[in-house]
Amino acid sequence: MTWFTRKEKGIVTPTELKKETPDGLWSQCPECKKVMHSREHKKNEYTCSSCNYHDKIGSKEYFEIIFDNNEFEELDARMSSSDPLVFIDTKKYPERIVATQKKTGLTDAVRSGIGYMNNIQIVVACMDFNFIGGSMGSVVGEKIARAIDKAREKKAPFLMISKTGGARMMEAGYSLMQMAKTSAKLAMLSEDGIPYISLLTDPTTGGVTASYAMLGDFNISEPGALIGFAGPRVIRETIGKDLPEGFQSAEFVLEHGFLDFIVDRKELKERLSDLLTMLNN
Amino acid sequence: MDLDFERPIVELEAKLADMKHIAEENDVDVTDAVKTLEDKIKKLKKDTYQNLTRWQRVQLSRHADRPYTLDYIPAICDKFIELFGDRNVKDDKAMVGGFGEIEGQTFMFIGQQKGRNTKQRQYRNFGMANPEGYRKALRLMKMAEKFNKPIITFIDTPGAYPGLEAEERGQGEAIARNLKEMFMLKVPVICIIIGEGASGGALGIGIGDKVLMLENTWYSVISPESCSSILWRSWDYKEQAAEALKLTAADMLKAGLVDGIIKEPLGGAHVDPVAMANKLKKTILEEVAGLFLISSEQRILNRIEKFSNMGVVTELAFDGTSRL
Repeated sequence: MTWFTRKEKGIVTPTELKKETPDGLWSQCPECKKVMHSREHKKNEYTCSSCNYHDKIGSKEYFEIIFDNNEFEELDARMSSSDPLVFIDTKKYPERIVATQKKTGLTDAVRSGIGYMNNIQIVVACMDFNFIGGSMGSVVGEKIARAIDKAREKKAPFLMISKTGGARMMEAGYSLMQMAKTSAKLAMLSEDGIPYISLLTDPTTGGVTASYAMLGDFNISEPGALIGFAGPRVIRETIGKDLPEGFQSAEFVLEHGFLDFIVDRKELKERLSDLLTMLNN
Repeated sequence: MDLDFERPIVELEAKLADMKHIAEENDVDVTDAVKTLEDKIKKLKKDTYQNLTRWQRVQLSRHADRPYTLDYIPAICDKFIELFGDRNVKDDKAMVGGFGEIEGQTFMFIGQQKGRNTKQRQYRNFGMANPEGYRKALRLMKMAEKFNKPIITFIDTPGAYPGLEAEERGQGEAIARNLKEMFMLKVPVICIIIGEGASGGALGIGIGDKVLMLENTWYSVISPESCSSILWRSWDYKEQAAEALKLTAADMLKAGLVDGIIKEPLGGAHVDPVAMANKLKKTILEEVAGLFLISSEQRILNRIEKFSNMGVVTELAFDGTSRL
């Protein structure tokens, strides 16, 4: 004798009415595999509560971290790529752009804004790696150039958060010249005596490393970030040897004298505010 | 050394030599036949070199006989004193420089240097500078500024060296610093791409009041081979990649990314290096004279504005579609 009898045969709940665990409620650390609650992960500024791995995040998250109450005025929000070279590889470049815009909800690989960080007015530009590998084309160069113009106009410090594989091949010569353009603007910012902080996050390589990312009054990074000019694969192929452990990590770059300090993301906002306050006092 | 597309010309030239040789030995008059063949060669050369594909221009830019920086400098200058070292780590043999004198006027020459045989190529690291090369170049540029001498850079590199020690010593920082500093140089700066202009390694000595390209050179963000390997995931698409990158002198001028093209002798700079050097000398003297007419403050502003205008962007309409 069973305690319960089944009234209907089989499971009849339609798929769409099934209750599921909401997507992204849990987050697993890619490094130590620890599972964290997403809310906790966000509270920790997307760092692992167990191994302190700094998860890759985008402009949305960095703006939330930096700007007071996440309030800022976005600059050049509708600027988008053109296709001056009519570039076609396995796909037409404009198709690649539109598809990526749809997929990511971003217009290109950098966003910029002006707001306050602990009541200090600051201009921030932040790259998004999931937009064609955070590659730098005309839009990235132009938005950074205009952000620097804004910093000069407002006499506000400039924070650049880099996350990129380098220049965007589909804009070829134009991409290359964005290195020159951003460096020109930074030279003028420097003449004005306005602080420039360059935060190199995981990964920062290629033409970006060889231009604005390495030109900060302060070049800083997060623990474990990959930073280099040439990518590890290219170097391995060039020298025909395996690369030493920790090669091109933020810690390695600091030891070789090219970073001012490495900062835990949870302390980023406070450290930057302290630094800028010290420059003002 | 001939390139694949030059083979028909070389074959005809061999035929012509044979004909002349046989005629001489047998004492026969072949004037008409020689004339016909010569005309044919002339026409073929014109057709070939005036209709080069982008990839063929890349091949010419790397021609084994092509003049390098240290071929041009002595040919252009009456005197040249080479200067070495970055005062920091070592002397980079892939980046050379020094004071040169042309018709009583002193210039600072800086350029990448390739080697011509296996030993030299290794010695010059295939024209791929390390960070100390870019720092040496900057040291020489600052010195030129101090003594108010115009700067001429010759660009010819397959790229900045992607090695382990280059990373340790800050390849990215070295190039970045040059870009920033070159914008503020108070003396005229002329940059001439004489061979390969590969990416950041080329741009590292490429910020000038005038940026000129020799006719058969290329300048872009990546080499066609590397572009092929990344975008097509195979080394076999270098011709397509060269077409897509639009990397020739004519392409770059049309895009407004360089200021002018210096014509080469038919067949390339290596066919008549003396004529090429004379043309370079004439161009340098003319351009520098023009740049000295402008105040140094204005030159710097113009230089910054020129590069600031490079790039093409569009605005998205609010429905997300392009306004193109």
